[in-house]
Amino acid sequence: MPRSPSALHLAVALDGAGWHPAAWREPAARPGELFTARYWADLVTEAEQGLLDLVTIEDALSLQSTDLDGLDGRTDQVRGRLDAVLIAARIAPLTRHIGLVPTTVVTHTEPFHVSKAIATVDFVSGGRAGVRVKVSGRGDEAAHFGRRTVPRLRVDELDTPAGRAALKELFDEAADYVEVLRRLWDSWEDDAEIRDAATGRFIDREKLHYIDFEGDRFSVKGPSITPRPPQGQPIVSALAHRTEPFRLVARSADLGFVTPRDTAHATEIVTEIREAQTAAGRADETVHVFGDLVVFIDDDPAAAADRKAALDERAGAPYTSDARVFTGTPAQLADLLQDLQQAGLTGFRLRPGTLPHDLTAITRGLVPELQRRGAFRTEYRADTLRGLLGLTRPVNRYADV
Amino acid sequence: MSKPLKQIHLAAHFPGVNNTTVWTDPASGSQIDFSSFAHLARTAERAKFDFLFLAEGLRLREQNNQIYDLDVVGRPDTFTVLSALAAVTDKLGLAGTINSTFNEPYDVARQFASLDHLSAGRAAWNVVTSWDEFTGQNFRRGGYLAQEDRYERARQFLAATWELFDSWQGDEIVADKESGTFLKNPAPGRFDHHVSQFDISGHFDVPRSPQGRPVIFQAGDSEEGREFAAAGADAIFTRHGTLEDGRAFYADVKRRLARYGRSPDDLKILPGVTYVLGDTDAEARERADVVRHQQVSGQTAIKFLEQLWNRDLSSYDPDGPLPAIDPLVGENTVARGRASVRMHRDPLATAAQWRALAEEKKLSIRELIIEVTGRQSFIGSPATVADALDEFVQTDAGDGFILVPHLVPGGLDEFADTVVPLLQERGVFRTEYEGDTLRDHLGLGELRAGDADRRAAS
Repeated sequence: MPRSPSALHLAVALDGAGWHPAAWREPAARPGELFTARYWADLVTEAEQGLLDLVTIEDALSLQSTDLDGLDGRTDQVRGRLDAVLIAARIAPLTRHIGLVPTTVVTHTEPFHVSKAIATVDFVSGGRAGVRVKVSGRGDEAAHFGRRTVPRLRVDELDTPAGRAALKELFDEAADYVEVLRRLWDSWEDDAEIRDAATGRFIDREKLHYIDFEGDRFSVKGPSITPRPPQGQPIVSALAHRTEPFRLVARSADLGFVTPRDTAHATEIVTEIREAQTAAGRADETVHVFGDLVVFIDDDPAAAADRKAALDERAGAPYTSDARVFTGTPAQLADLLQDLQQAGLTGFRLRPGTLPHDLTAITRGLVPELQRRGAFRTEYRADTLRGLLGLTRPVNRYADV
Repeated sequence: MSKPLKQIHLAAHFPGVNNTTVWTDPASGSQIDFSSFAHLARTAERAKFDFLFLAEGLRLREQNNQIYDLDVVGRPDTFTVLSALAAVTDKLGLAGTINSTFNEPYDVARQFASLDHLSAGRAAWNVVTSWDEFTGQNFRRGGYLAQEDRYERARQFLAATWELFDSWQGDEIVADKESGTFLKNPAPGRFDHHVSQFDISGHFDVPRSPQGRPVIFQAGDSEEGREFAAAGADAIFTRHGTLEDGRAFYADVKRRLARYGRSPDDLKILPGVTYVLGDTDAEARERADVVRHQQVSGQTAIKFLEQLWNRDLSSYDPDGPLPAIDPLVGENTVARGRASVRMHRDPLATAAQWRALAEEKKLSIRELIIEVTGRQSFIGSPATVADALDEFVQTDAGDGFILVPHLVPGGLDEFADTVVPLLQERGVFRTEYEGDTLRDHLGLGELRAGDADRRAAS
């Protein structure tokens, strides 16, 4: 599907003091304020001044660690965080246009609770809510809940048959979870509240629906306790690195975040997702695919590279990531994004290496550069996240049933 | 020498999902738009109230196998809307009901700790249990818990979350850029909790919050509930709104505190009450009568009666006499998902009382229901209401009130503008917030070090 260059979408991924483990030691970092509302409000307000489509807020149900299945005992990195959905809700009344997409771990939480929570962020923000669903295969997170065990998986085991089966189970459950979220959002028709004084009825109960979801892991009756939110259905997104999560994006999401190494890799990923989308019967629906990059941005390319090198030295190791790591100028980043976009990516989620430095470099350097090239909006032209992403408001699946 | 005057605590309940709200009134706004919640919260803060309170329900109520449609239906998620309200207020406490049956301690603790951080120390938790399998159909666990285990789970749930709240010391975030030390302790938040309902261990991921933990509320009146509150709650949300009932309840609960090493001031007793104001007492009484008839329509009265009778009574005339037939005893199959169902513990006895009352006062079904479902209401001119509220608190029938207005979003405005100044003139209600946290407003003092010891001993 060809898209005009101006349709490039931009998101920023917020996490702690930035994505580099030594980011919190930068002069402008505010590591003592990571657990305050003001810190998050300042970041999101800055992103909104840059006219970005949305921010995502990272989350997990365990302490951050370099070890994939437990604590690493380090005291030199940021540890601890606040619930991302509540951060999104706290910021919503302080912003007007930008989308708010908190992360939620679906393996251990209740879809009924999360459905109404995201619907409520949508009400509070006037239609700017989304959610990033994330599975957890961590043993320590499972022990925090004490209700199930998860197969212990190392990264090098993910491509074995056992690894694939375990991933399939986690992602199938995630797909069920998203199905429940969406059905619950639809479980009230938009005009269910009638306030008919003549008959004494507050709602028309014919316009409320049991969702009667039955899955392998759980069943949910419905309807929601929360009416249908302003967007009808808030945006569902997921980060995806391999086939199982690609399938989740293709069959369940509105937006996927992917991690291409280069343009050729981006083409492969987009092709795989589009094929899975067709297989899922969603060929006609818009599913955005955003490329993720970690960015260190300065006006002088050497300054950006030196800054990352200095951070690496403080951290004791060169920083690597699942996503491509960029260092350079706003113009170089704009070149790279436009090049990657040729592969069919519809936008980008940039992970600032340090906060606030690399965020302001995005909003005050990259964005004006893209605007000069006619590749990015110059004002917000929609009030909802769906509107910003060019997605229509979904018809309620239960209407006229 | 006269006794110093007690200070009154005031809170506001956002009314919804029952027949308190008069949604037919032209002044009635949205029950779901954030602007309604923000208006009520800002009014409460303008009036220097202690906190705003939100109730919760996890399944839409049903009657006769149909979703109940006569009252307000639909409400937001508790945690999320409270967090958003923290953005539009600075001092007001933010209290919400979160049940301990269909949640897990780790998740609830991190949400409350997060809310306490994001509100700078204003979070409160009304701990409740869910009562039926009906609600469980919306959750992974389903209806797995027998009724007798629910208080046990609630008790264990609270103990487990307590351990999580206490798992970080207050000073573990060092964040020293120069030395590169972010954390004092390489493995903070350690917890290990193995009891009949929970088998959990690991590390909590939210640093200690401004209040240490949320203020803990308990609602309800049963023997177990009173004891549960005396052992660990900071406030009780009660329905004992009359002077006599209130004093008896107050004395009983405050007496229980000593056996847990607590002083009477450690637990605030706050009845939920309604009010109707007027320029004169007579005008207020007239308005109250109109409000009660708006709240209890003929259809609503029949539905209430069905909840006790446990039968379809749709053929009865609400303006006529009570049914001659008796209630069906046993499991209530007519009404589901509604707290009042539980209150009818002996339906035949309650029906006999209602019959006697209806005969004595010559009441129709609707008039009877208006009479028996009203909670304590303060009705009168602002001066009359201020007198009554003050007397109630000074004579130890309570420590304050959770006010339930009957209009959203403006139902608190008149109270804030007329009654609050009178209470302030008497010197029984604050004119400015003296502290920043909800614990400060409620006069609960700092958390004591004994909390951790109590945990270790449990």
